[in-house]
Amino acid sequence: MKNKIMATALILCIICCTFTGCSSQRSNGDNVLTVFNYSEYLDPQMLSKFTKETGIEIKYEEATTPEEMYTKYTSGAISYDLLCTSDYMVNRLIDEGQCQSVDFSSMENFGNIDPKFMAESESFDPGNKYSLPYFWGTVGILYNTKKVSAPVDSWNVLFDGQYSGQIIMQDSMRDSFMVALKYLGYSLNTTDKNQIEEAAELLKAQKKDVESYLVDEARDEVVAENAVMAVVYSGEAYLGNQYNPDLQYAIPKEGSNLWIDSWVVTKNCKNMENAQKFLDFLCREDVAEANFEYIYYSTPNKTVVDNMDEEIKSNVAVVPTEESIDHCEVYQTLDNETLELYNTLWKELKSE
Amino acid sequence: MNRKKIQILSIPYLIWIIGFTLIPLVFVVSKALVTPDDRLTADNLTAIFDSVHRKALITSLEVAFISSLICILISYPAALIIRSFRIKNRKAMIFVMILPMWMNFILRILAIQMLLSKNGIINHLLSILGLGQIEIINTTFAIILGTVYDYLPYMLLPVLNCVLAIPDDIVEASKDLGANRYTVLTRILLPLSLSGIGSGITMVFVPSMTEFVIANILGGGKILLLGNIIEQEFSVTMNWNLGSGLSVALMIFVLVSTLLFGRDSGADRGYVI
Repeated sequence: MKNKIMATALILCIICCTFTGCSSQRSNGDNVLTVFNYSEYLDPQMLSKFTKETGIEIKYEEATTPEEMYTKYTSGAISYDLLCTSDYMVNRLIDEGQCQSVDFSSMENFGNIDPKFMAESESFDPGNKYSLPYFWGTVGILYNTKKVSAPVDSWNVLFDGQYSGQIIMQDSMRDSFMVALKYLGYSLNTTDKNQIEEAAELLKAQKKDVESYLVDEARDEVVAENAVMAVVYSGEAYLGNQYNPDLQYAIPKEGSNLWIDSWVVTKNCKNMENAQKFLDFLCREDVAEANFEYIYYSTPNKTVVDNMDEEIKSNVAVVPTEESIDHCEVYQTLDNETLELYNTLWKELKSE
Repeated sequence: MNRKKIQILSIPYLIWIIGFTLIPLVFVVSKALVTPDDRLTADNLTAIFDSVHRKALITSLEVAFISSLICILISYPAALIIRSFRIKNRKAMIFVMILPMWMNFILRILAIQMLLSKNGIINHLLSILGLGQIEIINTTFAIILGTVYDYLPYMLLPVLNCVLAIPDDIVEASKDLGANRYTVLTRILLPLSLSGIGSGITMVFVPSMTEFVIANILGGGKILLLGNIIEQEFSVTMNWNLGSGLSVALMIFVLVSTLLFGRDSGADRGYVI
């Protein structure tokens, strides 16, 4: 009998712990900011520099995908103050009321951010109330100039069967559909069922020509010459070119995805002043430059672009030309019905 | 020690099993039985029979079944060979066979990927010998190869335990009674090691059924196992209800298959798994 009571008490105790563990949000002390960012997306020295200058301690957390960030953020186990995530996820967080509006104009170094990117940000953050652009880029084709005769300028090379078995597509639902939709001349934010199904048919027909669907390894496979071309993010393209000088990056003329990774302040943040200090710090010329040189993604910071070497400035993967991004679009969050259609078609494609 | 004291010793395990097995299981099942807007439904469970999911389930079963079979075919002769060694040499052999487990399994799978890839080491050697290229990477076969490589020790250890525990006297007695080597194998050794094979199947079949990382790395994203679909439902589509439903349905499948294969899983002989 005694044992049973003890066992029951124990079980209750554990259950209580689990549930309260889920709901309690540890609040941060006054001078601590919890920052959530993509992995290897910030020069770690800048964090200590910030703490030295302001006395504000940074708790730094990393994730690899926007979805992983969202899951960790909503689970509430850690209370994050600042989040750096991608356009469509920013959109989702704003829609769900997870963000606090920030008075960017009061920040000393905000003027360094090219207004062009604030304008582009409007598509996921209307009125520019919540998000601060951090890095941006495009999606395009990274190809081996030794094995591809003509310069690549169209998505066409992925669909004409000429390089069958040597193509790598992105193992990401949205990015793969984007390629097909843009090739067909549709918007990448289309919600038209017929257009999406047409894109899916195109991808299904293409599958036999695809060597593999990869995310992070896509670049490495082209560098290692296991494949002739891959759909990659522009930041990967710059590094790919460093490893293998035969590689070139092209933004197809039909247009592509223009992505922006932005900072937002979450509703959990108790000290807006400190959060603004951190954002202001990131916009500062020397800090933005250090971060740029750490990852070589396109930066929205004008002062950094002005100071670049000509060689880097002329690299379309780092600084895309105006006309190359003319037909590019920023992702918007898809409504649930469209997302479900995407998901079903994607699973069909992958399991074929 | 009296009974009560022994029971107290079980408390850490009890906490573990309640906190990390039972409660999460309750969460998963409760998610599986409702729609995203919290209405009761069985759709998430029956979704496993949708054509896409069914295809993935069959591929998963295929990979798990063939991998287990290959593991047995490698492990059993190996166990018999080790049994024939002197005890000192046995230890060295077992050590060598378990050595790969000391390395992180993702690293080992990435190494396999390097070996198999188009310009990989195997193809490089083949082309030096003038034998042309093989294209294994991004096929179901590559996934099976990776699974066997990863899970072989989990089959070998229980099989070996069982084979080594068979007393020499019994083998000698059967030989005295006129049994040839074949009869010794089929009538004495095999029946006495079935429980080890049963545990081995449980240890290989179950995890490879729910596997998704190996399929991602060696399948090139072109082959979907049920594990991949569940992972995608949780991390990309964020339909946790469907993901949970598929997980629970998969659990039922695993349970049924282990009951079928591993009936003689040694519980009667005092083994736990």
